Amino acid sequence: MREVAVLGIGMSEWGELWKKPLRQIFVDAASAAIADAGVDKIDSMYVGCMTSGLFVGQEHLASMLSDYLGVSSIPACRVESACASAGVAFRLGYVEVASGVSDIVLVGGVEKMTDVGGDGATFALATAADQEYEVYHGVTFPGLYAMVANEHMDRFGTTREQLAHVAVKNHKHGSMNPRAQYPFEVTVEGVLKSVLVADPLRILDCSPITDGAAAAVLCPLGLAKKLSKKPLVKITGSGHATDTIALHDRDDITEFAATKRAAEKAYKMAGVGPADIDFAEVHDCFTIAEICVIEALGFAERGKGGEAAESGATALGGPIPINTSGGLKSKGHPVGATGIAQIVELTEQLRGESGKRQVKGAKRGLAQNMGGTGGSTTVHILEVA
Amino acid sequence: MFPARYWREIPQRYRLEATKCKSCGKISFPPRSKCPKCGGTEFEETKLPEHGVVRTFTVIRVAPSQFVEQVPYAVGIVELHGGVRITAQIVDCPLEDIKIGQKVRIEFRRIQEDGNSGIICYGYKCVPAP
Amino acid sequence: MAGIIGYGAYVPRHRIKVEEIAKVWGTDAESYKRGLMLKEKSVPAPDQDTITMSVEAARNAVKRAGIDPELIEAVYVGSESHPYAVKPSGTVVSEAVGTTRNVHCADFEFACKAGSEAMFICIGLVDGGSIKYGLAIGADTSQGAPGDALEYSAAAGAAAFIFGKEDGVAKVLCTHTFMTDTPDFWRREYEYYPRHGGRFTGEQAYFRHISTAASQMMDKMKMKPEDFSYAVFHQPNGKFPMKVGEMLGFKRGQLEAGWLSPTLGNTYSGSSPMGLTAILDVAKPGEKILMTSFGSGAGSDGFIFEVTKDIQKSRNAAAKTREQLDKKTYVDYGVYAKFRGKIRKAS
Repeated sequence: MREVAVLGIGMSEWGELWKKPLRQIFVDAASAAIADAGVDKIDSMYVGCMTSGLFVGQEHLASMLSDYLGVSSIPACRVESACASAGVAFRLGYVEVASGVSDIVLVGGVEKMTDVGGDGATFALATAADQEYEVYHGVTFPGLYAMVANEHMDRFGTTREQLAHVAVKNHKHGSMNPRAQYPFEVTVEGVLKSVLVADPLRILDCSPITDGAAAAVLCPLGLAKKLSKKPLVKITGSGHATDTIALHDRDDITEFAATKRAAEKAYKMAGVGPADIDFAEVHDCFTIAEICVIEALGFAERGKGGEAAESGATALGGPIPINTSGGLKSKGHPVGATGIAQIVELTEQLRGESGKRQVKGAKRGLAQNMGGTGGSTTVHILEVA
Repeated sequence: MFPARYWREIPQRYRLEATKCKSCGKISFPPRSKCPKCGGTEFEETKLPEHGVVRTFTVIRVAPSQFVEQVPYAVGIVELHGGVRITAQIVDCPLEDIKIGQKVRIEFRRIQEDGNSGIICYGYKCVPAP
Repeated sequence: MAGIIGYGAYVPRHRIKVEEIAKVWGTDAESYKRGLMLKEKSVPAPDQDTITMSVEAARNAVKRAGIDPELIEAVYVGSESHPYAVKPSGTVVSEAVGTTRNVHCADFEFACKAGSEAMFICIGLVDGGSIKYGLAIGADTSQGAPGDALEYSAAAGAAAFIFGKEDGVAKVLCTHTFMTDTPDFWRREYEYYPRHGGRFTGEQAYFRHISTAASQMMDKMKMKPEDFSYAVFHQPNGKFPMKVGEMLGFKRGQLEAGWLSPTLGNTYSGSSPMGLTAILDVAKPGEKILMTSFGSGAGSDGFIFEVTKDIQKSRNAAAKTREQLDKKTYVDYGVYAKFRGKIRKAS
């Protein structure tokens, strides 16, 4: 298997993009990535998208997006894995380059969530859970994560304030990110006073509804060395795992076993452990998710994820900065695009281009992207080449 | 909710019919054709017990459209005797009194309906058990 | 004759007091409580209906009967608040209980005597030998129009009986019926709330039909009120069943065990059947019970039961009726109106 580099990265604007249709949002991100890569052709593309069908009535993105990107005729594939769609698209692109089947692969993710109302979005997002045995009974996504939170709080003593610290930290980071959908700071008090969505989670514990896309161009490291004018970033670890669809079928509801398994594979492949990671982008769809995920990734001891957030260990300047981009919480969460937006942040950090958000001496970063309540997860490790 | 999609799950929704793997004894609900634990493909029919314990729960305050009128309502993961867990609403209990570890029992209730003219969907919920 | 093999009731959890309703409409709570001899009534939650309560009552009956529900060959649900106008409640109840697929299923309606109708037919089928076990249910979630007198009493509940050829917990000694075309209380198709003839619902409807059916039945069997340990009549409020019992020559002591309406309200098709379950919860072997229902329109079904020695064994197999009645959570009028669909969230 060849070593693979991230040659170019790009993002569209992220927010409520009333004027832009899905095809344009994707093309904005993809064109930016292709320009950043400085290539004039691509061999194939993988695009993550959770459910363009439910949000805008459009399927067959492989055809539509290759068409509108102006590369019609190349092999293209739309990848679905709920909110891990982009992470899985990234992995498939990585495997295609690493295996030698293609040289230049575009990987992207896009979601246009605002054409349907709140009800429509809730309905579409709920398709990531078990329709007949979870959603049928009236549980929502915030509800599922709220149940995770209640168990974590009951079992490990995690507090409501510790959850709020995750939101405060991510908004602080996001306030320094020009790309963020909500680049303003919040306070612990503000989080605790915000409207309840599913006890104990409040609106400021939840990532927003966002339109947006992200893209990256992958190529073999050898080719990148010839083509790139920017500091080189390579993929050293890639892991992918699944877990039960229904939260109630997990052996341990707060463990996020798929994240653990995917991380183990990625760490093994890269020949590193959690202590060797300088910073990470993780899937904070809800504040509790970040707490559980950093435990599963080995950045905090089991049950101590809340303490880690409260102590500042996971803030910029701390021993393991998490979500310097602002995370899903502040940056936004177009569900099918998030996994590659994480790669964009990792790459910028490793290139030293993150400005006020720069992690000093960043050499190695990790991106964790998961779908639903963790039913599918990818973990990627990127390093300065 | 299309009638066929609802009707297909009636044995599970009404009678909690499950399957037990003949090789390793793991109970699957709903029934499966391949045991998730040992990969076995031979099963015997069984039914889930009606008593259990609340493992975790939440109170839903922002609901999908079919449940909007019920807000706020509690949903929990309930572990029935024997180890199988289900997701179900917890009703007939003041929301502030629901606790992890609380004993509950299954009751037959209306779950949702398709507007005023569509089918009524029934199923299981949990109520406090003495 | 057939016997009751198993019985069960279901009382929903929530209650509303007469004072709560009176407060909203500006009426005198005390005079309603005195006049109706009723303090509070049961309120079904939005996720409860005739079908859900019937299933729970039937499951209790199956537990007491101790039979495999697949042996039940008839399911009849009597109600004036069936969830579907076309699709019998019995189809869902039968699937939920787990009866045989070769089950005869039909819904009954006859105002408040729809439940006793189901009982009457089951007894006939068992006696005739065409079925081994039949399940008869009376259940309702009826409504009174806001501000109407009926709003103080219209309640929800269910009672279920499994009949079989064995004596079971109580033998059926006789059945009787009396019916006339008396338009005392009715609801037209597509109307949401019923209407009634005010005081006309008393003497010529309720009292005439119950007393005629009951006294004809006692005459038929050459029995007198003193021969019974218990009597139970349709209970639209607390006052009427006491009055008709007294008129027929029963003493208060015979009427109290089955007298649920003061704290339950009027459960319509569940009314006298639920009263019967409360009696079966306490009656001793050999004791005789007289039951007479009343359904507006109008008619009364009468039954005489004799308790068997086996009742002691099965009585504790399921939740007793008064135990359920005592488990309650009060709601105020706003929550009551929301639960009953009198106010709806804008969509």
